[in-house]
Amino acid sequence: MTASLLSISGLSAVSDREGGMPILRDVSLSLERGEVRGLVGESGAGKSTIAKALLGILPRTVRVTGGTVQFEGRDLLTMPARELRDIMGAQISLIPQDPQTALNPGRRIEAQLTDGLRLRRGLSSREAHARALKLLEEVQIRDPQRVLHAFPHELSGGMRQRVLIAAAFALEPKLVVADEPTTALDVTVQKQILRLIRDMQKVHGTAVIFVTHDLGVVAQICDSVTLLYAGKVIEAGATADVLQNPKHAYTKALMAAGPRYDRPDAGLEPVPQAVFEQLRAEIGIR
Amino acid sequence: MAENLLTATGLEVIYGGRRGVKVLHGVDIAIRRGETVGIVGESGSGKTTLGRALLRLVDVSAGSIHFDGREITHLPEAEMRPLRRRIQMIFQDPMASLNPRHTIRRILVEPLLLHGLAKNAAEAEARVAKILERVTLPAACLDRNPHELSGGQRQRIGIARAALLEPDFVLADEIVSGLDVSTQAQVLKLLKGLSVDLGLAMAFISHDLSVIRAVCDRVYVLRFGKVEEEGACAEVFANPKSDYTRILLDAIPLPEINPGWLDPKTGIEDAA
Amino acid sequence: MADVALTPPAVRRSGLSKNLRAMLREPKVLVGGGFILLLLLVAIFAPWLAPKDPLEQDLMLGNLPPAGYPGTEPGYWLGTDDLGRDVLSRVIYGTRIALTVAFVAAGLAALFGTVLGLIAGFYGGWADKVISRLVDIWMAFPPVLLSILLVAVLGSGIHSVIAAIVIIDWTRFCRVVRAETQAQAKMDYVVAARTIGFPRLHILIREILPNVAPVLIALVSLEMGIAVIVEAILSFVGLSVSSDTPTWGGMIAQGRQIIYQGWWVLVAPLVVLFATVLAFNQLGDGLRRALDPVMRR
Repeated sequence: MTASLLSISGLSAVSDREGGMPILRDVSLSLERGEVRGLVGESGAGKSTIAKALLGILPRTVRVTGGTVQFEGRDLLTMPARELRDIMGAQISLIPQDPQTALNPGRRIEAQLTDGLRLRRGLSSREAHARALKLLEEVQIRDPQRVLHAFPHELSGGMRQRVLIAAAFALEPKLVVADEPTTALDVTVQKQILRLIRDMQKVHGTAVIFVTHDLGVVAQICDSVTLLYAGKVIEAGATADVLQNPKHAYTKALMAAGPRYDRPDAGLEPVPQAVFEQLRAEIGIR
Repeated sequence: MAENLLTATGLEVIYGGRRGVKVLHGVDIAIRRGETVGIVGESGSGKTTLGRALLRLVDVSAGSIHFDGREITHLPEAEMRPLRRRIQMIFQDPMASLNPRHTIRRILVEPLLLHGLAKNAAEAEARVAKILERVTLPAACLDRNPHELSGGQRQRIGIARAALLEPDFVLADEIVSGLDVSTQAQVLKLLKGLSVDLGLAMAFISHDLSVIRAVCDRVYVLRFGKVEEEGACAEVFANPKSDYTRILLDAIPLPEINPGWLDPKTGIEDAA
Repeated sequence: MADVALTPPAVRRSGLSKNLRAMLREPKVLVGGGFILLLLLVAIFAPWLAPKDPLEQDLMLGNLPPAGYPGTEPGYWLGTDDLGRDVLSRVIYGTRIALTVAFVAAGLAALFGTVLGLIAGFYGGWADKVISRLVDIWMAFPPVLLSILLVAVLGSGIHSVIAAIVIIDWTRFCRVVRAETQAQAKMDYVVAARTIGFPRLHILIREILPNVAPVLIALVSLEMGIAVIVEAILSFVGLSVSSDTPTWGGMIAQGRQIIYQGWWVLVAPLVVLFATVLAFNQLGDGLRRALDPVMRR
């Protein structure tokens, strides 16, 4: 039996800032090598908390109360900090949400892109430069020389996101966590970035956890999907199954609530109160 | 067909003085009474500037704006003020658009007294209570400050504030872009209901064509400060005339499996 | 989420008592404010609290050390200076000058600076240009030199000290209030007030000012600390009130001369001065945190 690349089981966490309110409730999911899994939910669903747990960057106010996060058979939650540091960035990396703030405004792109290559891979600056050039070409940046010498503010939002994708794939990680990577972008740019993430993921055989609130994005890029509400997994499965035959009333209501440019009458049907009541009863809130 | 309530012709706006950046390059737009018009575009299209220019919140360097048959392009602020009641706005970020130091009560009551829509505080309170019911918020929220409400609740306060003054025209600037889908549907439904009840004309600015489709009668597609395409929603969404509109529509991911959606289409996107 | 549900704190409270409660929850406000309140009481009730007349000289009892050291005289808790005046009583009476200067000078400087800062920040244009240039020019003068010069021209006395502080430090308020007003004026709630049709003065006073207030209040508190120091400096160089009124700065100057005979004459006012300035700073910082409606959640 080959173990999954990533397997989260029974993960529970509370927020100390909100008086010990549970923010993850017994979350389990697994991810195979090369798989793209969508983590979907509205605000407060816990999708970002899971992403942060994977990257070992949970805020101090969040306390894990149970469960394991196994990456290649080893629990990230109990691993010594030293070993965790070796994994983070090299084996698990992040494509952040906001390309505006994710890059240091005072350093050139080259310096930021080659940090990992020089420090983690021990490349000389010349080798790192060559590798960075290649990476930028791979993310379809037309003038990589110029971009390497540029400061972040000299690039458009889409370009910056491409640079961040290059940085995420620089060390050939096994898992990339994409935390709402297209939320801040225009739709036409979003499509290009989605395509790029899929291409990079295919070429490198990387598994991706794709955090988003947009079921449309899920449909186009994810193999499988986990839908969360208030820190609880509501529905999970292959994307086609979940979207075409949603089992839970919440999933159905969410699909109906989203507006669609091809259907004039869609988008005006709020999720009914009864569905929220059902959710609360199932999860056991109050 | 109903007459035009708000029209602008040849609108130009330059930011940063005479030698600044031209954001609008001669935009023509007309909004009829009772009609909801979508203004859609990507970042840098000038849609927000257009909205603010229509409300005389930014200065116009060329062109003219007429409201209810009267030219308001360069009307002094003091003469604009009585008209302000009839032209209201709902903001993108409800947190930023509600004064953090004021209670919801003060935010809703003061405008009524200013415009003489209520003779005294008691009368104003009664009207406020009515509108809160309409936007399905409990009266208890009156004593709260804006940060003590949820995002959806704040946005409904923003809508209530605009609707209270019984305006003829409302500008809604990206009002659902920060909200969750379930909350968004609630806000859109509420807004659509109000516009019908009050016979409002509305300009609905959004980057999201799907949202525009849900609430608008007509749509203007903006690009680089110019109108790229304009027409009835049914027509524009079914048969876009402009390539740009087609690219915009094609870039929206729908929640259904569509293999090949991500594959490059021949050339047209690079043109965008 | 749930439509009609509001988050728990459902008790009705006016804005004022909300602010008050938030302030009382902030330890810095309690400690700093408590100390200032104590000083205020000491200043008011100085004649009753001081064990001796602060001006009464007794050369037989000169340079007595504080209680607990050999060679003390009962009743002189902090000892006496070289003229035999009771140090504790002088420190107690010194609070009167220190606090008067702190409150009046900081208050007036805040008033001038805030009015000009609000105008510059909100109306912009030529008003902003004139006020900003004025501030730039003003700040190019070295402050201590300027204050000494001013007192020299105006003559010594508490009024001159206050005038000097106000004339120098209004720029501090003007700059901060202008910047904060500019930032607030860009917020959507100000645009919203315009679209509703409120007059500009209403927007400035009723919408923007309350949001500038927390920064302003914190600054006033800091300025009070600064005023205490400036007064001490001017007293130290003998440019403050006449030398027969006890002041901390005057005591420090005197103590410096007799440091080998009576270090306590220097140390006692220095410690109180230090604690007072620290208390004002802590109070300012605490108030800024407590009065921020978003931060205090």
